[in-house]
Amino acid sequence: MKNVVDTKSAMAPQLLEHFTATSCIGTGTAATLASLMQQHSGLKRCAFETVKIDTHIGEVPGVDGQRLPHELRKFDCRNNRLAELALQQDGFLETVRAAVARYGPRRVGVFIGTSTAGVMQTELAYRDRDPLSGALPASFHYATTHNSFSVADYVRQRCALQGPAVALSSACASSAKAFGSARRMLAAGLIDAAVVGGTDSLCLTTLYGFHSLQLSSPAPCRPFDVARDGISIGEAAAFALLRRAPDNLDPDALLLLGVGESSDAYHMSAPHPEGLGARRAMQSALAAAALDPADIDYINLHGTGTPSNDRSESHAVTSVFGATTPCSSTKGATGHTLGAAGALEAVISLLSIRNGLMPGGVHTNRVDPMLTAHYIRENKRAPVKRVLSNSFGFGGTNCSLIFGSAG
Amino acid sequence: MRLAAYLDGIGVLGPGLNGWPNTAAVLSGRRPYTSAPTVLPTPAMLPAAERRRTGRVVKVALGVALEATAAAAADASQLPSVFSSSGSDGHICHEICQALAQPEREVSPTRFSNSVHNAPAGYWSIATGAMTEANVLCAFDASFTAGLLDAMAQVAVDRRAVMLVAYDTEYPPPLHAKRPIPDAFGIALVLSPSLTPQSLARLEVALTEEAFDTMREPQLEELRASIPAARGLPLLEVLAHQGVGRTIIEYLDIARAAVHIEPCR
Repeated sequence: MKNVVDTKSAMAPQLLEHFTATSCIGTGTAATLASLMQQHSGLKRCAFETVKIDTHIGEVPGVDGQRLPHELRKFDCRNNRLAELALQQDGFLETVRAAVARYGPRRVGVFIGTSTAGVMQTELAYRDRDPLSGALPASFHYATTHNSFSVADYVRQRCALQGPAVALSSACASSAKAFGSARRMLAAGLIDAAVVGGTDSLCLTTLYGFHSLQLSSPAPCRPFDVARDGISIGEAAAFALLRRAPDNLDPDALLLLGVGESSDAYHMSAPHPEGLGARRAMQSALAAAALDPADIDYINLHGTGTPSNDRSESHAVTSVFGATTPCSSTKGATGHTLGAAGALEAVISLLSIRNGLMPGGVHTNRVDPMLTAHYIRENKRAPVKRVLSNSFGFGGTNCSLIFGSAG
Repeated sequence: MRLAAYLDGIGVLGPGLNGWPNTAAVLSGRRPYTSAPTVLPTPAMLPAAERRRTGRVVKVALGVALEATAAAAADASQLPSVFSSSGSDGHICHEICQALAQPEREVSPTRFSNSVHNAPAGYWSIATGAMTEANVLCAFDASFTAGLLDAMAQVAVDRRAVMLVAYDTEYPPPLHAKRPIPDAFGIALVLSPSLTPQSLARLEVALTEEAFDTMREPQLEELRASIPAARGLPLLEVLAHQGVGRTIIEYLDIARAAVHIEPCR
């Protein structure tokens, strides 16, 4: 049965020319894939900065030691260091340079999702206010660290791009939605290539904020587990180079086939109980890709590990796909990387297709019998042609992406 | 490459600018500009519990969005939207950073959920029941034009109406010294792919590197230069004169957006 939302026309597929990801399970795609193969989790007890919360986090090693090019030193903050570390992996910078040489710097755009960018610089600056005037220290640069655009501007300047550039900040759906904006600009012909991705780094605002909402688990998060009790916050940076798909494609070419977006219109920080917004996003993505639910081989869930999120998502997934499509959350391995989750899980979806791997959800001991979606805990090796990836966020924002191979 | 759309409704709020009819009178020279603090409406459309939690950034965004959708006679619940702002709620950010600088580090859960950049988009969807997509953008000082390009691309590619809401509010001290936005400002535009009975003008947008336009009135130019959302004022000025026109608005570095405007009435 074809779904009913927005069936006007299929979107033009976009080619994933290259991609990379860095999270606590791996710096670059080879290490990420190795961790997924071994069902390795990168979550550890929180010992970040001066944080005193009983929780587990997915911290990327080596971020503190990362340096930015001298001419971009005003951008120095954890978030841009993480972006720099990730850009250096898998020859990604070289691929972008080649695209710039081919299309010209004005024809390459930048679309980066982030929820908190470099807000940690402001958190630190508030500890260092002038005792008399209350002023923030002179060394604090708002525009190039705290502001949401800072990471998009960093990527733009680092890659010497002059095309349209924007940060997308829709909480935990941010970098999934970056693919939506990029594909529209490509389809409109304003650009010929797009650096799309997400970067979100550990900071006190999110660690203490989710703790205040009682949404973070003391243990490593257990998505879809009967005893799940909250999220583990992680950090990640992931990027892809996107361009309009040419007519003649190698069968192994990887494509963005569908993007579906929606709003819950329900609550600022709680999902719709029956997942109506999530369902609408998945149906829109299928319609955009002109695919039926049965065409999807694996679903990479948002799967945060809070009782209400997973219940809502399972409801939505089952209502669209039934209870047989294998699905899992990789957040038990990576933690919830917030605004970077969409891009990180896009890369995991692409690795899944390229390697015929449906990654089993780690840390989940017993799947909640009330959750009817077909959650897999063990890795499954089988040809994977198409993957749907979900990202949902505060404010009731939802985005589903569909990736597939050309052949 | 040019992107075209019909403009069906406008909403404006800013210092001394209260709604489109008032703003059009000022920008067309029929009424002098008098600077005054921005008057923000209470979002009566929100349920009482949500209304209590909304800060200035939600009020300015919902205020202009409501005016624009009413003028366009648009069904807000069916309209996708693009929200673009150079920052999220500055007052909440200040309160959270202040709390995190104390030994107890007690962050308010409500403030944390309202600290997200997409809070105004979330409240708009709750207020109108819109389950349509909302894209939420930030491009620092280029946020107005970034939003306009994203919205115009949606109209051009997906062939459907979309609302752009560009808005900014101030930070309190000490962040204000680092990011001196003087007051709240918002512009909302309802854009559609084809002519409607409400269409005011046809817009064509293209990227260029020509010099950008400024406002002749010095106080309005000060607004344009100091609030990212007010970078759209030169576009509103051409619309206020109701003639054929072209304006160049600021974007990123040397990039600008050229907007060609043809009135429909």
